[in-house]
Amino acid sequence: MIFKYLLQLGDNALILGHRLGEWCGHAPELEIDMALTNIALDLTGQARNLFQRAAEIEGKGRTEDDIAYLRDAWDFRNVLLVEQPNEDFAFTIVRQFFFDTFNYYAHQELTKSKDEWLAGFAAKSLKEITYHLRFSSEWMLRLGDGTELSHQKLQTALDELWMYHGELVQPNEVDLELAKSGVGVDLEKIKPLFNEKIEEVLSKATLNIPTDTWMQSGGKDGKHSEHLGYILADMQFLQRAYPGVEW
Amino acid sequence: MKKDWPLWEVFIRSKSGLSHKHVGSLHATDEVMAIENARDVYTRRNEGVSIWVVESKYITASDPDDSDPFFEPAKDKVYRHPTFYDVPDEIKHM
Repeated sequence: MIFKYLLQLGDNALILGHRLGEWCGHAPELEIDMALTNIALDLTGQARNLFQRAAEIEGKGRTEDDIAYLRDAWDFRNVLLVEQPNEDFAFTIVRQFFFDTFNYYAHQELTKSKDEWLAGFAAKSLKEITYHLRFSSEWMLRLGDGTELSHQKLQTALDELWMYHGELVQPNEVDLELAKSGVGVDLEKIKPLFNEKIEEVLSKATLNIPTDTWMQSGGKDGKHSEHLGYILADMQFLQRAYPGVEW
Repeated sequence: MKKDWPLWEVFIRSKSGLSHKHVGSLHATDEVMAIENARDVYTRRNEGVSIWVVESKYITASDPDDSDPFFEPAKDKVYRHPTFYDVPDEIKHM
């Protein structure tokens, strides 16, 4: 069960890291290009640690690379939010803000995990994640409370992505079981903090908070949107076409 | 867009006790963003423990045309260097 839990955490980081990497060379400013790719590298690093640990626990001789490159879409456990396309800078920031908020509270809880490795991993990652949240929150405020155009673009992104934010704190079977044993995060516990932070930043950013309560879900159980297939095609092509190739 | 973002000069202290050193410049809309951009652009490889930013327009520089009257006169005044003292051996770090 902990193997699946590590994949849930790791897949979120890997897929979002890949999405952010797509901005490399295309961001609106050189400085933002570097900020986004720094975050991408942090996330990819976290995914590597989690996959290494997962492979070790599984004990079937797989490596981090096997886990990243040789699984198909239905074996990925990331939430639907992180596989959503970059669209424009506003979409990227809203997606990041939702994820960072969740990730921040989740890792804060994970530092208290009964699993020593996870607690250590969380303490290390939390420093990176704290900066990610600072970055995305600042940009929510800048764009939301910025010009008429930036406000409108951010509001559009928020309305479109809203239905994906609930899955982050909606426990599946794996979440429930690991919360019970004190290894994983009790999502019920961080849900109010998560919602409060989102509400606080959205109001400060002068955005209209959507009232829809229906949320998309399924990613954590391997039911993905069509976007994931395209990401994997990009990400896995080389290892699939030339198995074991190194450079 | 770029035209609207002012230029900032970035100074990094590499470790406690040393002074901040100019490392380069970047674009940002305000001082908060300038500090964050500086963190992302100039401290990725563990370069520093502290950052200063100042908007470039607030820096007054000497005029290159003035370099003769400014700097030339100091070149032949070696007696201004404190190199004519005998330093006792016990004094370290000189």
